Amino acid sequence: MSERPVVQLIDVRKSYGAQQVLKGVNLAIMEGKTTVIVGGSGQGKSQIIKHILGLVRPDSGSVMVFGKEISRVSMRELKEIRTNFGVLFQNAALFDSMTVFDNVALPLRERTKMPEEEIAKVVNEKLAMMDVEGTNDKYPAQLSGGMRKRVGLARALVLDPKIIFFDEPTTGLDVAKSNEIYRVFSRTQTQLGYTAVIVSHDVPKIFKLADYVALLHDGVIQACLTPEEFQLSDDPVIKEFVETTMGPLYSSEMEV
Amino acid sequence: MLGIFDRIGSATLYYINEVGRMGIFLFHSLVSIIRPPYKVWPVIRQVYIIGTLSIFVILFTGAFTGMVLGLQGYHTLSKFGAEGLLGSAVALSLIRELGPVLAALMVTGRAGSAICAEIGVMRISEQIDALDCMAIDPHKYIMAPKFVAGIISLPLLTAIFDVIGILGGYLVGVGLLGANEGTYFSSMYKDVEFNDVYMGFMKSLCFGLLIIWICSSKGFFVHLTKGGGFGAEGVSRVTTNAVVLSSVSILLFDYFLTSILL
Ligand SMILES: Nc1ncnc2c1ncn2[C@@H]1O[C@H](COP(=O)(O)OP(=O)(O)OP(=O)(O)O)[C@@H](O)[C@H]1O
Ligand SMILES: [Mg+2]
Repeated sequence: MSERPVVQLIDVRKSYGAQQVLKGVNLAIMEGKTTVIVGGSGQGKSQIIKHILGLVRPDSGSVMVFGKEISRVSMRELKEIRTNFGVLFQNAALFDSMTVFDNVALPLRERTKMPEEEIAKVVNEKLAMMDVEGTNDKYPAQLSGGMRKRVGLARALVLDPKIIFFDEPTTGLDVAKSNEIYRVFSRTQTQLGYTAVIVSHDVPKIFKLADYVALLHDGVIQACLTPEEFQLSDDPVIKEFVETTMGPLYSSEMEV
Repeated sequence: MLGIFDRIGSATLYYINEVGRMGIFLFHSLVSIIRPPYKVWPVIRQVYIIGTLSIFVILFTGAFTGMVLGLQGYHTLSKFGAEGLLGSAVALSLIRELGPVLAALMVTGRAGSAICAEIGVMRISEQIDALDCMAIDPHKYIMAPKFVAGIISLPLLTAIFDVIGILGGYLVGVGLLGANEGTYFSSMYKDVEFNDVYMGFMKSLCFGLLIIWICSSKGFFVHLTKGGGFGAEGVSRVTTNAVVLSSVSILLFDYFLTSILL
């Protein structure tokens, strides 16, 4: 399969006051693949996602989504592009005065003409898939942090998006739940063939899911490699990241 | 000394910016009202929140405004021996001025502040961003029903205010102070013209738009507010601003509308 990028960041820079957060980010997200963005806390991973979503405008550089410069398109085009998105924010951003059911049903009600019975069916199916069925009538404030994340995931997936952005989907979940979520991801991805951009701290487990791993460090994407290449890389920054997160797995020969 | 010019300059730019984005906000919201699909249920819900829930306050303030008008009017008019005009004096002040203005001020305090806080919280908790990313237009989804409801509710609330006020004036003027019962209504019937009612109606319509516009756009742009629009404090500050600004603009616009419509 020929790979072509659906999202491309070219020399994206962004500062907040004196703080330079992104210092020339270059990244290509390949169609149908899962790209995982890793990096320390506060490095700007969520900022990269927000740039791609068109919520934040870069100071310089360009963000191309489906071949269009996202900060320059008209509002109508932007809306058109966003119909392909499924987004999970880091804080889940559920509508807090709506029940769980209404939260997940909202995209269906506003964007499709689906009748109410069918909506109920789809919503319950997605909630069951995320293992949060039976919370339909609760409000987000009445859920645990991990449950909120999973409702957010159900909402992001409800319209079968072409490209998904998940900001830390498994943070706050226990190991069994996050394994289950990963299984759901790989199953739905083979079903729907979507492109995925996942920000995660769950190294190395997330590597099993990834086609590419991108390390953000010091405001720059240090490298975007396959998980195997990533773990074996000689680049000192990557090596240090791999060693601190996974332990010195590959230096065992030297210790013998 | 340059500092002072810097400060004046940046403040000016900030306010020009703010007026600009509020203008664009109004434009988008009005356009989104016209654009299909039209959903009735959200509008009914908002009419309930903005209108129905304000009725008690409107009844209360309307009654007392009418009563004090009856009291003041009777004492002033009787100095000239013109108690017979009490009815038209009460009705005209209510219909042309006090009804629209006071009803709008009450709605600002009750519903305007609530709208601003609601939208402000949605903004700072990224719910508006989430809507945007789902390709659901927040103007269409959140603002349009509120605007329509404001434009529907305010004239109705004003009408209730006027009627209750006139009855309050009757209660005090005729019931307590002994003005003539027949002339109270007949003078009103003679002196109140269609133009007066039209003026009151137009005013209440404009005020409805004004309240929703200012309160919802203030909340919508809480994150761009000068001096930091962060968290609970940011929302509370912007809500106060919205209520003050809409109250002031109601009085300001009242003057201009009166001079245009007279
Ligand atoms: N609106 C803003 N104003 C000022 N600084 C900001 C703003 N948004 C983000 N930042 C800064 O940008 C940097 C990157 O933030 P970001 O949320 O992208 O980090 P992150 O990599 O997602 O971290 P984490 O893994 O903890 O979620 C942080 O230092 C943060 O302080
Ligand atoms: Mg983050």
